[in-house]
Amino acid sequence: MEKTWNNKAWFMVLPVLILVAFSALIPLMTVVNYSVQDTFGNNVFFWVGSEWFEEMLTSDRFWEAMGRNLIFSAIILAIEIPLGIFIALNMPKSGWGVPVCLVLMALPLLIPWNVVGTIWQVFGRVDIGLLGYTLRQLGIDYNYVNDPFDAWVTVIVMDVWHWTSLVVLLCYAGLVSIPDAYYQAAKIDGASRWAIFRYIQLPKMNRVLLIAVLLRFMDSFMIYTEPFVVTGGGPGNSTTFLSIDLVKMAIGQFDLGPAAAMSIIYFLIVLLFSWVFYTVMTNYDAEK
Amino acid sequence: MTATRRWQIPLVVVLVLYGVVAWLLAMQLPLKDGEIDWFASLFPGGWMAWSFPSALFFLTILLLLLLMAVWEFASPGGNPRVGVLRFETTRGDRLFVSLLGSAFIHLAWLGLVGPSLWWALALSVVYAIGVFRYV
Repeated sequence: MEKTWNNKAWFMVLPVLILVAFSALIPLMTVVNYSVQDTFGNNVFFWVGSEWFEEMLTSDRFWEAMGRNLIFSAIILAIEIPLGIFIALNMPKSGWGVPVCLVLMALPLLIPWNVVGTIWQVFGRVDIGLLGYTLRQLGIDYNYVNDPFDAWVTVIVMDVWHWTSLVVLLCYAGLVSIPDAYYQAAKIDGASRWAIFRYIQLPKMNRVLLIAVLLRFMDSFMIYTEPFVVTGGGPGNSTTFLSIDLVKMAIGQFDLGPAAAMSIIYFLIVLLFSWVFYTVMTNYDAEK
Repeated sequence: MTATRRWQIPLVVVLVLYGVVAWLLAMQLPLKDGEIDWFASLFPGGWMAWSFPSALFFLTILLLLLLMAVWEFASPGGNPRVGVLRFETTRGDRLFVSLLGSAFIHLAWLGLVGPSLWWALALSVVYAIGVFRYV
């Protein structure tokens, strides 16, 4: 049977195309233009070719920021995904506890990023912050302003506090969609708690988990506001992630060319990871 | 419907359009010592900082997309198949993989070999042919 073609439908996507052009394509094209030129202001540009890309690819500063970002994302995934699953498994499935838990879980997600940063900046201060002051009183030498390790711990705990809820809510949605018949069959077979998790709950959560991993990876890989507000990228450069470094370069130093080259490399890495995750997700669906 | 579509006309239109726009852009360039200054600003003072090479880059990407549209017009359906990556890809997927891979080939060349990117371009073309043939 021949497929019916209705080309008028293309006009329906035109508004979106125009919107995307203004919000994404035109800025992206401008960044590409900047990345191959140098400027001293006044919109006067000089061609430099691939010089900025070479500078970025051979710069320790770029690779160190990239390394910190990858380590940060790996730690975030290693903590938030298992923790999110664990909390979702232990949330009530019926009764008054369900809305209470859902609201509690949703609360951190509703707080703007800069507010989260400010909360933790004050919370961790050793003079007036509840966390910092308490740790000091307990004899723990904690100071996120001077100590790189403490700064990392603060940024990671802050991210876990802010975003684990997202993983929990996604996993919970996956868990409640499992029909009771599966659990009844497992009970008849005398399956252990671990066997139920391994052979029923985990496979049924696979899709939402992939989405959770994708969202948390991309978000942690592009993190900017929270660590910038808490540590400003310090002490030294210890919490300077790629996005913070990029903003410092583009706006702080007005090095538009190197910043544009860095943006493009950053964008390509994000695009690669997105494609890999998207492909895995769609093919997982196709296999099912 | 598929075999009788006259794809040659849109193909020629797309290629001619590409040539005309590239020529018009080249005409915008100023002269330096009696020759065209290929690396000068296309529109001096413009905030988007267009240069001829970057304009040609985006024009070529647009050309590739239009050629894909012509291909789809000639042979609808996207030619889905399972290749060496063991999952189904369409022509659009293969173009995306080719472009993304080419970008990384160029970056790797810049970081590991040097600034002359002609060999990286040649390698990317070979890679793209490989992707369209086997992926």
